[in-house]
Amino acid sequence: MSSALATEGTTRFLLASQPISRRVVVVCGVLALVLVGVMIISAAHGPANIPYADVARLILRGLGFQTGLELPDSQFAIVNQVRLPRILVGALVGAALACSGATMQGIFRNPLADPGIIGVSAGGSLGAVIAISTGLVGESLWMLPLFSFVGAIGATTLVYLLSLVRGQSQPATLLLAGVALNSFLGALISAILLFSNRYPEVQAILSWLIGSLRGRGWAYFFAIVAPVILTTGLLFFFARDMNLLLLGEESAQGLGVNVPRTRFALLALAALSTGAAVSVVGPIGFVGLVVPHMLRLVIGPDYRLLLPASALGGALFLVTTDTVARLILQPAELQVGIITALLGAPFFLYLLYRNRRLIRVL
Amino acid sequence: MDSSHNGSGARSGAPLIRAEQVSYSIDDTLILREVSLVLHPGEMVGLIGPNGAGKSTLLKVLIGLWRGAEGDIRLIERPLASYTPREVARYVAYVPQTTAVDFAFTVREMVLMGRSPHLGRFEFEGEEDRRIADEAMHKTGVLHLADRFVNTLSGGERQRVFIARALAQQPRILLLDEPTANLDIRHQLDILDMVAGLAGEQGLGVIAAIHDLNLAAHFCGRLILLHEGRVLADDTPDAVLTPQNLSLSFGVEARVYRDPFTQGLRLSISRDGNGHHRAREEATSEGRSGRKPV
Repeated sequence: MSSALATEGTTRFLLASQPISRRVVVVCGVLALVLVGVMIISAAHGPANIPYADVARLILRGLGFQTGLELPDSQFAIVNQVRLPRILVGALVGAALACSGATMQGIFRNPLADPGIIGVSAGGSLGAVIAISTGLVGESLWMLPLFSFVGAIGATTLVYLLSLVRGQSQPATLLLAGVALNSFLGALISAILLFSNRYPEVQAILSWLIGSLRGRGWAYFFAIVAPVILTTGLLFFFARDMNLLLLGEESAQGLGVNVPRTRFALLALAALSTGAAVSVVGPIGFVGLVVPHMLRLVIGPDYRLLLPASALGGALFLVTTDTVARLILQPAELQVGIITALLGAPFFLYLLYRNRRLIRVL
Repeated sequence: MDSSHNGSGARSGAPLIRAEQVSYSIDDTLILREVSLVLHPGEMVGLIGPNGAGKSTLLKVLIGLWRGAEGDIRLIERPLASYTPREVARYVAYVPQTTAVDFAFTVREMVLMGRSPHLGRFEFEGEEDRRIADEAMHKTGVLHLADRFVNTLSGGERQRVFIARALAQQPRILLLDEPTANLDIRHQLDILDMVAGLAGEQGLGVIAAIHDLNLAAHFCGRLILLHEGRVLADDTPDAVLTPQNLSLSFGVEARVYRDPFTQGLRLSISRDGNGHHRAREEATSEGRSGRKPV
């Protein structure tokens, strides 16, 4: 136990002695390189395997560069039309979920807070379930994401309004309102499932509820790229305020943070970001909880470093787990939500076990 | 321990805080009633009074942490209402009562947070900020802990780190809420001695809510005694710590005398003068570890 403590301390200590600006560059640089590497590996594997170097060239060609290499169009199509958009959607969703999770943990001053805590996932799920069970999904490709997004934002707004005490939202009431609404929405989803008597519909709902990146093409990427980058980018804007919020409401205010206004902005941004992610892939669990937590163990709690690292780390985590989900049962395919839970939960428990003296402190 | 840091007589310059007829209520319960006070540069003022007298509330209202008070509060010649929280934080550093931190920041990171009110939104701390933080840590005697994690420190060390963070704000006013709660006697003396020194040397205006009357009398040039949200007395320790005042506010019987050795003010306190002497104690600063507050 004490050796685990020492190891964690040392890992972080090496970085902690450096100025924050240098640490951001080093940590994010390394994560970005690994992310690009994993993306290339992921794009190379599947029913048809393509050499890594060719994948890199294909990507370059897709970006309009001259690569001087003639590859068959079929390979170009596999990488460019099937695998690459799916990978990029996964990266965006992972980044959004991890940053939102880190934000929630700051608002609640609790390392175990998750983006779903404010009802955004349950609301998104109910919206999607309604769209599927009413058959509206047949109307247009966009019905499902639209219903889901509206549900996510609607539920979060409701939780926020319920949590207002004398015009201010308190974390404790926010948490309880979220728990109550989550179980209420869960009950509605169960009711819809039970009354649904068509098997494909139930299958579609269950498949959506576990979260999947299957078949997500460029249209999905372009639908969420702007909202995700905008909202996570704006979260960076509040990085130092979030550090100060960790010290407690009064300390934060004493150091110049307008706590109620900041809290509202953070909740809104995290809800929009998570809502956008959930609306295209379903409520993929665990990313928002596990990624910031793992990063905090290594790089410490400073949000100016933690937020960009969470964005890259969340992308890395989801692209990796989705690659495993695609490949592990070939030619069949698992839902990525199953992998994040199956792999994420035990790994998370292992971290907690190894650092059980640090649970409170990290 | 020397008692030369008394801030009395340092009433030069415009007042840092001037509060007039300030009342504050929470859910229709009046917590502060028409409180008026003035804080000058270089002064160390002790805020005393029984539990629930409104000491913490007064500190928070004075710097706008809790808004919506009636009456007039002026901070460095400007109405408090005209300040943004960030502007307040450039002039006033506030150390709250509970200093628990559950996240593994290093001491240096924590102290550097004191620079926040002076930095732009995307500005990282520069060399100058790191120097100011180092100096603050040096003053409070925690420089050797700079790379330790805050959540592994003892209560006394953490209290010093929080005061270092307050100093890194380079404030003109320092407000401390029970800075010596939960500390042993040695650390209580160290911290109050340090704060009194800062007031004397740098012209900081300090208001500290202090439970311990003997400590308050020893380190503060002026005491403000709160009772049920009102200022019962605001004067030198000799004038405030009278048997009448202590009987009225705390409901205790007190004898006040000069320590024959240090000439400092000493209180001997017992519960209501009804012959019960269980709670009686010779409350000299040297003999108080582990006792209940009076």
